[in-house]
Amino acid sequence: MVTFRFHQYQVVGRALPTESDDHPKIFRMKLWATNEVRAKSKFWYFLRKLKKVKKSNGQVLAINEIFEKNPTKINNYGIWLRYQSRTGYHNMYKEYRDTTLNGAVEQMYTEMASRHRVRFPCIQIIKTATIPAKLCKRESSKQFHNSKIKFPLVYKKIRPPTRKLKTTFKASRPNLFM
Amino acid sequence: MPFKRYIEIGRVALINYGEDYGKLVVIVDVIDQNRALVDAPDMVRSQMNFKRLSLTDIKIDIKRVPKKKDLLQAMEAADVKNKWENSSWGRKLIVQKRRASLNDFDRFKLMLAKIKRAGVVRQELAKLKKNA
Repeated sequence: MVTFRFHQYQVVGRALPTESDDHPKIFRMKLWATNEVRAKSKFWYFLRKLKKVKKSNGQVLAINEIFEKNPTKINNYGIWLRYQSRTGYHNMYKEYRDTTLNGAVEQMYTEMASRHRVRFPCIQIIKTATIPAKLCKRESSKQFHNSKIKFPLVYKKIRPPTRKLKTTFKASRPNLFM
Repeated sequence: MPFKRYIEIGRVALINYGEDYGKLVVIVDVIDQNRALVDAPDMVRSQMNFKRLSLTDIKIDIKRVPKKKDLLQAMEAADVKNKWENSSWGRKLIVQKRRASLNDFDRFKLMLAKIKRAGVVRQELAKLKKNA
């Protein structure tokens, strides 16, 4: 399938044990990043905001990539996010239909960039969930909840099957119907 | 002119771009406006953009997202392979593939066959001209 830019990682970390606290609490976080190094960095960023611990006095215990269990099943994903616009922070809830969570997250980032001009560093994912069809809120995902779905492809441009056969100029107008 | 070929569950399509170029697949479910979940007997079920698909006239009767076994059964029942190979589009593709896979000796034999056929046609034409 397509390679995703964003991978989902599970990062587990804790503060380093000190004399006063021999067994500090262990925290686990699921995040999206392009690679493991960035995932660890993001983990400390979030943990710093929640607890009094930094990378210098903490340790990452485990980092594992989470893969989609069933990439052949279509799900409706709801994503709750917090993003920074030019004027302040806002919360948002978006829905996407996709086969994998990574695909939905990638869709979300590209949509936020195009619709709201918000780039990757300014978006924080609060929560993601697979939503059953009944609880979907957005019309754009509800319109595909039809077991007898049927629609024509209205505009059909024939593409050359390889980029090698691409030409800038064509001898005659292409036929766009089906 | 109304549309005759719809994106629907069970529509057979030909992949016209990408690595699976030339394969016949069945649309098993629609993900969203641009993508469909697509399945074929010899590939893993995956998503595909509509831009990579050319719809055919063939449609099989399946429920939404069938199991692989049910899909194979439905494809056998609808006899997709034979319908495709007997359709004019399918036959053209088979001929194209055969022509592309000829080796030099085959092309030599083809040249001789063409010359022979042209000779026979010209003889008949000469006879007709003489009688006219």
